[in-house]
Amino acid sequence: MSDSQTLLSIANLRKQFRITADSWCGGGGQVVSAINDVSLEIRKGESFCLVGESGCGKSTLARTVMGLETPTSGTIAYGGTRIDDMNDGARLPYRRRMQMIFQNPYASLNPRMTISQTLEEPLRFHQPGLSDSQVRDKVVTVMESVGNNTSWLSRFPHEFSGGQRQRISIARALMVDPEFVVADEPISALDVSIQAQVLNVMMDARNERDLTYLFITHDLSVVEHFGTRVAVMYLGVVCELADTRTLFAGPRHPYTQLLLSAIPKMDGSEMTHDRMQGEVPSAMQLPSGCVFHGRCPHAKAVCKTDIPALRDVAGRQVACHFAEETG
Amino acid sequence: MALLEVRNLHVEFPLGRKTLQAIHGLSFALDKGERLGIVGESGAGKSVAAFSILKLIAKPGRIAAGEVIFDGRDLAKISDEEMRQIRGNRISMIFQDPMMTLNPVLTVGTQMVECLKAHRDISDAEAKRLAIAKLREVKIPSAEERFENYPHQLSGGMRQRVVIAIALLTDPAVIIADEPTTALDVTIQAEIMGLMLDLCRDHAVALMLITHDLAVVSQVTQKICVLYAGRLAEQGPTRSIITQPKHPYTQGLIKALPQQNEPGARLFQIPGTMPTLDDVPAGCAFHPRCAFADELCRREVPEPRPIGDHRVACHHAEKVASA
Amino acid sequence: MNRIRLFMDSDLVFRFGRDRVAQFSFALFLAFVIAAFAAPLIAPFDPYDPMQIDLMDSEIPPLWQDANTDPRFLFGTDAQGRDLLSTILYGTRISLIIGFCAVALQILIGVSIGLISGYVGGRIDSFFMRLADIQLSLSTLMVAIIASAVFKATFGTEIYGNVAILVLVLVIGIAEWPQYARTVRASVLAERSKEYVDAARVIGLPRWRIMIRHVLPNTLSPILVISTVQIANAIISEAALSFLGLGMPVNKPSLGSLISSGFEFIFSGSWWITVIPSLVLVALILSINLLGDWLRDVLNPRLYKD
Repeated sequence: MSDSQTLLSIANLRKQFRITADSWCGGGGQVVSAINDVSLEIRKGESFCLVGESGCGKSTLARTVMGLETPTSGTIAYGGTRIDDMNDGARLPYRRRMQMIFQNPYASLNPRMTISQTLEEPLRFHQPGLSDSQVRDKVVTVMESVGNNTSWLSRFPHEFSGGQRQRISIARALMVDPEFVVADEPISALDVSIQAQVLNVMMDARNERDLTYLFITHDLSVVEHFGTRVAVMYLGVVCELADTRTLFAGPRHPYTQLLLSAIPKMDGSEMTHDRMQGEVPSAMQLPSGCVFHGRCPHAKAVCKTDIPALRDVAGRQVACHFAEETG
Repeated sequence: MALLEVRNLHVEFPLGRKTLQAIHGLSFALDKGERLGIVGESGAGKSVAAFSILKLIAKPGRIAAGEVIFDGRDLAKISDEEMRQIRGNRISMIFQDPMMTLNPVLTVGTQMVECLKAHRDISDAEAKRLAIAKLREVKIPSAEERFENYPHQLSGGMRQRVVIAIALLTDPAVIIADEPTTALDVTIQAEIMGLMLDLCRDHAVALMLITHDLAVVSQVTQKICVLYAGRLAEQGPTRSIITQPKHPYTQGLIKALPQQNEPGARLFQIPGTMPTLDDVPAGCAFHPRCAFADELCRREVPEPRPIGDHRVACHHAEKVASA
Repeated sequence: MNRIRLFMDSDLVFRFGRDRVAQFSFALFLAFVIAAFAAPLIAPFDPYDPMQIDLMDSEIPPLWQDANTDPRFLFGTDAQGRDLLSTILYGTRISLIIGFCAVALQILIGVSIGLISGYVGGRIDSFFMRLADIQLSLSTLMVAIIASAVFKATFGTEIYGNVAILVLVLVIGIAEWPQYARTVRASVLAERSKEYVDAARVIGLPRWRIMIRHVLPNTLSPILVISTVQIANAIISEAALSFLGLGMPVNKPSLGSLISSGFEFIFSGSWWITVIPSLVLVALILSINLLGDWLRDVLNPRLYKD
């Protein structure tokens, strides 16, 4: 599958968390499977969206890609080189090429550092040879490129609103000129009128810098606007993976269909409800077979026993035994 | 006559050296069985408005002026004891976090029975029967079992259903719901919102839905009030607010939604941010972010005035509407 | 300049300007500190100089008493004929030095351990926290009694007298580090899960740099709050040890040893030798604790939003 265009490839990734107070022996405790055998590839220049509800493992996937979590098994390769088992030193060049934007603008900036200290730090660390004036010039250039006022530089984070902080976070990620940016729900904590501002900044950066994005979100309307390809996750597995247009034109996985129908629409229709009963199962006790069978209107006996593999159906990949019939 | 009418409500918070105006001259009316959406971003004062109707505003906040007429009485003037008889009985409240309503150390059943007996003179057995009936009404499977559960044994969506059941227990005339589904997942949100809509219709309960989500409001309510920096920006029938907004802020909010823009294109954006309450600009509070602003907007606060079936607080509403 | 402006605009300064109790206790505390450290300049006598002490002056009552007073001695004299005012000033200095230094040592040990424990986690964390549990289960007094007894038995009372301050600082400093370690660890755990730490990791910064530059500065508020309590506690511990005869020797008295030395005369009528230093000790501790209470209210992490 992998060709020269593939930037990031994730193969058979699993991540489990042990829920137990760590003790001398560390044994026992329950295991949560946050990611369950996920494989996907992100091509250069894409805005790859990962969609799902809370607890589906999308943020864990992002954090694992960035090396903030170590995978339980499976591999992550960047530009053809495996990076998940690298030590800190070997990984350093990749830290510069891959950056991240976080969800909570109120926690992602160090409250005790001025904006210029925050922005200078990654640059000085990765390019210690730069002179002070070069560093300052770069900070000003990046701040202006994301539409931030350079008078902010001497101030502290608490003086800014959520949207402004998020734009500062974006500037920090862009300081080292990365080629790949992971954005973990970057707009979900923001007000409606501010979400558009931040999305625009991210799209401008994509156009100017040829960025590749891995965009994590629960909001499908943003995906439709921002993404080029999209993977839908449910309880640690990918259920459907397709080009954005293909997916929105006709979702095949029953969960994608449910998600799409749940988006509130502004076309004057009234809220309809309760076709789907049941709750999201706990990631501690994953259901056997297809993880979605408990909520699925099409579930048959085979769904309770066999795990459906991701397979090509109608121009996309779907993990459903009955993908041919659900369209 | 309207069931609940708010007239020229002013709420303020004296803080240290200055007094913050959280709500400035808000008026709206809610008829029996009507569904009203209060829309605004964080800091717009929408929750303060709801809390002050129930006299639940946190100290040192207070109602500085205005009337809240419910059933012919002014809630702003009655005693705390009389207010207790109305709150949770004739007017119920649903919060964003179900754990604000539910006590973690009591079972769902205990709390429901307690709530009923506080407002009605009935036996335990009768209260239990009613409570389980309400749990069934909010589509909670195996209601008898859930009646014995503690809140932590329920999922987030299930808890919010229990809170809705409690809100409906005393057959209220009005339910005030403050961001009831914001903390929930998209699919659960759709279920809960749909459920609330059905229940309000079936029982002819008036609903005041406070939210930042225009799309949700458009699917549930009949009327909308849009707030900005503690003042009314625009008010009118839901359909017409969504399709023909006449205030530049409402217009911007709708145009900024991704689904209103061409996929992949730059989104329409309102520049700047909502002012904080201690730093509201002179004149129209929206003028620094507004494309239509001129000298008049910088100088004079626009009063809400009728335009068609809307009430709009904008000097240039006619121009905005035709833009 | 920026930081000074930020400090002057801060909530802390604003609330200090409006709180009478805080201002009063701060003024009192400051007065004690200045008076104590300026003791060689302002004290009428030098209690450490045997030439200035005359046994004939012993047990002279304070000036406001009716009989047998001496205008040279405002607070009277003790059993050895030392001027009580001067002795108290010098004693307060010793008490404060021991308090500050012991707390500095506690901070050094406790903050390092808490930072490493909280940030690294795992077995290192378990090890240090069990160590803290063990340390806490031995009371400060017990540790101090054993340590100074062992020291005196090994090196003799003579040498002990010369290094008493050092020994007390070490003992109180080591006995109380778990307070800091636990507080710092708790706030490190809270800070570590915040996204700015993740951001620093994504940049690739080494662990020690994240710990010192990012996490540590954000745990300073709780350190400041418990430091007031800890200084008060250290002074009390020192006083208690000295009172038991395990602290400062009588020829270099701290407040505690002064109280102790006067204790045997309290029933023979010379109450001032004990009562006046006790009042000074109480006032000192009270001013620190009031200040600490106020600080805790202002910096309360639950009410304090960044």
